[in-house]
Amino acid sequence: MNVYLDNNATSMTAPEVVEEMMPFFSQMYGNPSSIHHFGGQVGAHIAKAREKVAALLGARPDEIVFTGGGSESDNTAIRGALEAMKGKKRHIMTTRVEHPAVRGVFHHLEKQGYRLSEIPVDRDGYLNLDYLENNLSPDTAIVSVMWANNETGVIFPIEKIAKMVKAAGAVFHTDAVQATGKLPIDMGRLPVDLLTISGHKLHAPKGVGALYVRKGTKLTPLIIGGHQESGKRAGTENVPSIVGLGKAAELAMRDMEEENKRVRSLRDRLERGLLDNCKGAVVNGKNRLPNTLNISFEYIEGESILLMLDELGIAASSGSACTSGALEPSHVLRAMGVPFTLAHGSIRFSLSRYNNEKEIDHVIDNMPAIVDRLLEISPFAEQNGGSFGGFKSACNV
Amino acid sequence: MWDYTGKVMDHFKSPKNVGVIKEPDGVGEVGSLACGDALRLMFKLDDEGRIENVKFQTFGCASAIASSSALTELVKGKTLDEAEKITNQDIAEYLGGLPEQKMHCSVMGRDALAAAIDNYRKGTPSEPTKVDSDVICNCFGVTEKEIEKAVLENNLNTIEEVTNYTKAGGGCTTCHEDIKAIIDRVNREKALAEKTPKKKKRMTNIQKIQLIQETLEREIRPSLKKDGGDIELVDVDGDQVVVSMRGACAQCRMAEFTLAQVVEAKLREFVSDDLRVVEDES
Repeated sequence: MNVYLDNNATSMTAPEVVEEMMPFFSQMYGNPSSIHHFGGQVGAHIAKAREKVAALLGARPDEIVFTGGGSESDNTAIRGALEAMKGKKRHIMTTRVEHPAVRGVFHHLEKQGYRLSEIPVDRDGYLNLDYLENNLSPDTAIVSVMWANNETGVIFPIEKIAKMVKAAGAVFHTDAVQATGKLPIDMGRLPVDLLTISGHKLHAPKGVGALYVRKGTKLTPLIIGGHQESGKRAGTENVPSIVGLGKAAELAMRDMEEENKRVRSLRDRLERGLLDNCKGAVVNGKNRLPNTLNISFEYIEGESILLMLDELGIAASSGSACTSGALEPSHVLRAMGVPFTLAHGSIRFSLSRYNNEKEIDHVIDNMPAIVDRLLEISPFAEQNGGSFGGFKSACNV
Repeated sequence: MWDYTGKVMDHFKSPKNVGVIKEPDGVGEVGSLACGDALRLMFKLDDEGRIENVKFQTFGCASAIASSSALTELVKGKTLDEAEKITNQDIAEYLGGLPEQKMHCSVMGRDALAAAIDNYRKGTPSEPTKVDSDVICNCFGVTEKEIEKAVLENNLNTIEEVTNYTKAGGGCTTCHEDIKAIIDRVNREKALAEKTPKKKKRMTNIQKIQLIQETLEREIRPSLKKDGGDIELVDVDGDQVVVSMRGACAQCRMAEFTLAQVVEAKLREFVSDDLRVVEDES
């Protein structure tokens, strides 16, 4: 049985989305910028996709800029807004638990001379809003806080944060890649200036995303050239993928409430099942997206768990150091202060509307044996004496 | 996804020799839970001093478990002197290779074996690696000695390779300059050490003349000829080598320099440190 539970990494392109895209690979190949009818009819489909994405976000169509994906949207938002400010303000702020697409940009900007503040989180994954409040100043140019965390699923209070940031006169960006389609978003009501979404986390294809740009927000484009996307993103439109993203947005909006109820109950079933049946299991993060379960197993290591799951056809991911090729465990879990006995053994299960109860039970049925097997091998397991005697304690990562 | 060999996956899925030995002769414990992998190795010797029983417990990824399992299979039946010769490369080869970034798993195996043998010989329980001034990489608690050993045994040349093999430098990166300095020093010393034995050889006069002739042919003449010059051996008198410069070299203003910096240096490198080179005056 193949069970895909890694939807926060990427999701299956919905069959309806694929179907919608197909004509744009063959007969509908015109360039939307062209004056002839080949281009004109394609342009109309892009406009329709823009309306659908805007509807999902409670935005106006002219506030949606199509991009080449979530990372491009993040880069465009943060670097574009800063460039438009011409360096007048020198302070920037983000969180310690951002996705690399944001975190990397902020670290890059810090090297270029901006003063960076990173908001810490507590053991449950909640942001320290006092830190945000205390560090906002008239010199703060931009603040970027993700809507929901990709590793733990922890949801941040975006409305409250946006209001604080706007009151301080800074630009506010949120990476809503994980939240879109899972949580209701209404840009008409929220004082958010810039918002990132990604296609492939939403059952649209990879390589397409969008950036919401509130009317009036000053933004220098990252990709300069033609006048496409109202001059905010040059380059001939990726028509099939944009049409696909439109369809995916339409499906997400239609199914959000019902699917979330079902996906949430599947996630809860998985969570309960693993906590009840596996030794040393602890959930990471509170107030989470309905599809995400980040769970750590004491004294065993994530890559080993993943490979054993993979043998059973189960796909998940891990915050363990060994899985990424990095040597340090996830920056998110470290920021939360997850003890090292748990940090290396974290597994993220992320569900989608394509999962069912049988699949979840397949995981619940097999996970306890995997944990037992690895505990049997582990020198730290209590059943093996749990001795730390001869091992070095040094490790400051 | 890592590209693990079938053998790695076999040893990960069905590891050999998992467990503990009651009253073992030697125990080695390396790595740490904090760092993401750790290995406890124990063995018992038979009457002839061969490893008759060996067990391990490992916390870590698939390649750490497979490396531990492979190690136990490699040491079984060996005397400690034989087992000591096992390198991390042997462990990796036994498994049909490991991904570069996972080579530290094989190093951990080798280290655990060394610690267990050390424990047997000293008769004291293996001590945790002292976190003292020797530590180069604070993030992963890696000492200068550990880095030196990995560089030497695996012919490492870059910081990235050292990180792959020892984890050192894989955290905050502030130790990268120190690691580079160790790589350079170890490789310099190694290059010197490789040359030394040749110089020390005792030779008869005839052997010496032959070696000088060979060295001139192989190391010196080709480069002189490229510039239109040449050199000829006239005589060898004790440690004095008499040569004659020919062709372009005969009139070359750099001839004296060439004689000292190239000819003499090469002959000293390949034949004997005591040689002096002079030009034939006749």
